[in-house]
Amino acid sequence: MTRVVPTTALRRAIPEVVGILVRRGADFASAEDAVQTALVRALERPVVDGVRDIRAWLVTVAWRAFLDQVRSDGARAAREERLAQEPEPGPVPQRDDTLGLYFLCTHPALTSTSAIALTLRAVAGLTTRQIADAFLVPEATMAQRISRAKQRLVGIPLDQPGDLSRVVRVLYLLFNEGYSGEIDIAAEAIRVTRQLAALTDEPEVDGLLALMLLHHARRPARVMRGRLVPLAEQDRALWDVEAIAEGVTILQSALARDRLGQYQAQAAIAALHADAPSAAETDWVQIVEWYDELLAFGDSPVIRLGRAVAIGEADGPHAGLAALDAVGDDVPRYHAALAYLHERAGEVDAAAAEYAEAARRATSTLEQQHLLRQAERLRLTQDLD
Amino acid sequence: MAKYLMLKHYRGGRPAVNSVPMDQLTPDEWAAHIEYMQDMEKRLIASGELVSSEGLSMGGAWVRFDGEGRPPVVDGPFAETKDLIAGWMLIEVDSYQRALDLASELSAAPWAGGTPLGEWLELREVMSAPPADAG
Repeated sequence: MTRVVPTTALRRAIPEVVGILVRRGADFASAEDAVQTALVRALERPVVDGVRDIRAWLVTVAWRAFLDQVRSDGARAAREERLAQEPEPGPVPQRDDTLGLYFLCTHPALTSTSAIALTLRAVAGLTTRQIADAFLVPEATMAQRISRAKQRLVGIPLDQPGDLSRVVRVLYLLFNEGYSGEIDIAAEAIRVTRQLAALTDEPEVDGLLALMLLHHARRPARVMRGRLVPLAEQDRALWDVEAIAEGVTILQSALARDRLGQYQAQAAIAALHADAPSAAETDWVQIVEWYDELLAFGDSPVIRLGRAVAIGEADGPHAGLAALDAVGDDVPRYHAALAYLHERAGEVDAAAAEYAEAARRATSTLEQQHLLRQAERLRLTQDLD
Repeated sequence: MAKYLMLKHYRGGRPAVNSVPMDQLTPDEWAAHIEYMQDMEKRLIASGELVSSEGLSMGGAWVRFDGEGRPPVVDGPFAETKDLIAGWMLIEVDSYQRALDLASELSAAPWAGGTPLGEWLELREVMSAPPADAG
């Protein structure tokens, strides 16, 4: 009689187990490797019934894997003797260890690419193969990336305080990595952000969680029959109302703490879109105000681009075009925004040309096809005139 | 983060700074050139940034579909004037700047007289899925 432990329960236990091994004296890099070994073993064959506590099982298997690793390393034999003789303490998880793991995996010594990979393994509890599949790279590439990241962290203790804003930024990048393979990276990003929110009292973490939930809620409507559907044309009945309600609730309680930050402001914009019964009923004036709040946290051309589009809706396309003038044309989606505003202003020729230019510069196939269809649609309109 | 393709050309690209033709390199110069690229490849494997890397033989053919049930049309070998790709490195990196730096590094492989080749590398971003916050 066997029972399969749900993979989510397995994944949830991973950061605690890494923390327990480190607390027992393993260095982070070896502990993380050993936990990965235990995770892969648990996924390869169903765990025998009677294993009531998956965390304790993982600790036992990972600790054995760690000792095997130490034994095979002659230079560390003395250390092994010491560790093997120590009585094994019970697996007591420490919430600070899990938080420390977030800090370590997103440490400033790492590139964001490495931080994302390491976070997915040590915090989200994914296997190297799953991460490699999600990013469409060979497993060896991903294994190297993770191993190099851990080399850079040698000597940095797990309990060192870290920079929460850096964690939040890496988690947002992770969320935006799109989707491929068997693992839903966006859903994993939401899961680990939810876990982080439970460990901290930082409104920006809640703001990020709300932002992710509100974006994710629209996913069922975002691509139909292989085509990208812009926000204004999405079938709102397909939006996940539970996720929207949760996102709005989390955002409201974050805003009530009166420590506004850029992720709360972005979530507020997403909430205003999610709240509107139809695209036409969107509160664009309030959205422009939130973009102004966002700019106060740091001027960026990407924010100015979003603001220009919002102004185009609130005050008319000519006002939007004027606002876009201050944005450089090397910003992603600049030409798509220009095309959209020209079309709203009735300037069909300019709009068609800008959609075509936007398509030439697109870096995702779905967006490129969408932009080409817009250019084509406008050419057909012109032919009818 | 994004993937970039660095394309090397045998010919047809822009002229390199060190314009000595390939067939006039001494065996040692050629060995140094290859070793430089292999070293760079090893470092990119170690850093987890290399997705794939291959060199291409100079021979090749144009092939196209010629209707259901018919053999493909084959035309070749390539004309001497044709743009000819020599190989590629496919990398996944943190930023466009990092991709530029690596392309510059690859372009600096030693050539005749031990000075950098300074070839023009074609750098192309690979299409990806749209971000989860699009739309």
